[in-house]
Amino acid sequence: MSPSPTKMEQYWKKNLQTLAILLFIWFIVSFGCGILWVEELNTIRIGGFKLGFWFAQQGAIYAFLVLIFVYVVRMNKLDKEFNVNED
Amino acid sequence: MDLLAWTYLLVGLSFALYLGIAIWSRAGSTEEFYIAGGGVSPLANGLATAADWMSAASFMSMAGIISFSGYDGSVYLMGWTGGYVLLALLLAPYLRKFGKFTVPDFVGDRYYSNKARVVAVICALFISFTYVAGQMRGVGIVFSRYLELPIEWGVVIGMAIVFFYAVLGGMKGITYTQVAQYCVLIFAYMVPAIFISMQLTGNPIPQLGLGGDVAEGVPLLDKLDGVLGDLGFSDYTSGKKSIPDLFMITLALMVGTAGLPHVIVRFFTVPKVKDARLSAGYALAFIAILYTTAPAVAAFGMYNIIQSTSEKPIDQLPEWVQNWQQTKLIQIEDKNGDGLVQYLPDPASNELKIDKDIMVLAGPEIAQLPDWVVGLVAAGAMAAALSTAAGLLLVISTSISRDLFKTFRPDISDKKELRIARISAAGAVILAGYFGINPPGFVAEVVAFAFGLAASSFFPVILLGIFSTRVNKEGAIAGMLTGLVFTISYISYFKFVHPELNTAEHWWWGISPEGIGSLGMALNFLVCFGVSWLTPPPPKNVQELIQEIRIPKGAGQASNH
Repeated sequence: MSPSPTKMEQYWKKNLQTLAILLFIWFIVSFGCGILWVEELNTIRIGGFKLGFWFAQQGAIYAFLVLIFVYVVRMNKLDKEFNVNED
Repeated sequence: MDLLAWTYLLVGLSFALYLGIAIWSRAGSTEEFYIAGGGVSPLANGLATAADWMSAASFMSMAGIISFSGYDGSVYLMGWTGGYVLLALLLAPYLRKFGKFTVPDFVGDRYYSNKARVVAVICALFISFTYVAGQMRGVGIVFSRYLELPIEWGVVIGMAIVFFYAVLGGMKGITYTQVAQYCVLIFAYMVPAIFISMQLTGNPIPQLGLGGDVAEGVPLLDKLDGVLGDLGFSDYTSGKKSIPDLFMITLALMVGTAGLPHVIVRFFTVPKVKDARLSAGYALAFIAILYTTAPAVAAFGMYNIIQSTSEKPIDQLPEWVQNWQQTKLIQIEDKNGDGLVQYLPDPASNELKIDKDIMVLAGPEIAQLPDWVVGLVAAGAMAAALSTAAGLLLVISTSISRDLFKTFRPDISDKKELRIARISAAGAVILAGYFGINPPGFVAEVVAFAFGLAASSFFPVILLGIFSTRVNKEGAIAGMLTGLVFTISYISYFKFVHPELNTAEHWWWGISPEGIGSLGMALNFLVCFGVSWLTPPPPKNVQELIQEIRIPKGAGQASNH
């Protein structure tokens, strides 16, 4: 009965899926590794760092950076796939 | 050449550079004045956003705050960078597609209401004014410390410089001066950090030096924990704040960052939607260089200060300690008369008081670097303060000329609007300068305000404006006002009305005023949804607008209509 979703709806759905995955990782690396599980992670060491402390003061920031660039690449691909890119 | 001459030379050269750029990139139309004509490359916009964002506080104070709070200082590091993920994924591309000039523009059009627009303007003005006063003060402080001028003179000179390039060049002038300012400030920050890292840990990369060893097999951070522990302080690598409070502060700072109008407006200046996404990535990359170095500067500074002062004879302290005692940024008082310095947690017996700014400002001297590096740090601090001030002043002038004047007098010509924009920029510079010279006693407190308000007012309404087609005018206005009133009341109660009650046992669920913006945001969301469901959905043309901004195709140039 219901009409098949239009291309626009599919594009939007895929966009939302991408956002959900990336924001989930965003939450895990900062609020998770940097705050909620910091005590547990601090029992693990990498070099002179306790892992939880490293996430809170270094790792989360590197992860944020990777997330944005993954998003850029993924969305550029998606735009082309659905022919909604700008050029 | 002596230190003062080097400082004058480097600060003077950097000012000449900014003025040169301002003359070269003079704005000729409102479009150039508001959004630099929409033709800024993603890389240039990334650099400009980084300078716009990193203020005098990021440059001078953040490392020191982390020095004294250790792990707890992580809230600023994660909060002020994590917001860019939200900005890049949830706001920037869509707002660029929307393609107008300001945040109130979006709120007004998406919620088809001038009332919503006016509420947004009030939020934007309040946030920007609180911020800009602090920047002007920062300029004055740098002048007084390095150039031995009174703070007032420093503020006036800073005002004159910003006046020149913001009023003349608008967004176009600001953008290209910010690119130059980023280069100055990051160079000034990194040079001392790299040398100190090398001296302490043998590793030239501060980010790795932070995890390096200070002696054979003893990591810096463990040593710091031990030294602080012996003196009776809590461990550097574990915090004192409760988990809910850390959580809420980090969230409020992230969401607040994403909702700050002077940051959002930078993404209106790039040509395409995909440029907006990419330039958010560049911006965070350039910010991350400083933000991952800051915790290293913090730990190195703390270690150096304790090693060179604690239990040392007062008359044999290193030269830099004596130098900075003259500026009162380091204060030593031999309370027990034993001729040694005792650094202790108990204020009654502690003999060493250190201002947080010392970790960055004294860096070159601690590392025994040549005098020109000191001059460079002065120029860098000035660049950080001026670039942020200019970005904020532009938001203020745009809010007045476009969001208020143009909305209610839509028939004024482009030329006249440009003149009004310039006059309001000039007025804003003078007002900001006044607050810089006569700072309200609560400058530090109002920073919590700025982020709390951005988080509790703008962020939810913009986000829902893009991701929901059902949220309407009534919901947005009610949501913004609820978030605003709640956050202002909570912060005012603990900061101004009953500052003596500002402790964890009185806070709601242990949430400090710095973190309350998160709760304000949640309330905004709830009210916005609730009220929208009880009132009619937005009209058809607004539904179409929402569908339109969701796809990149056809972004084109920003337009007036």
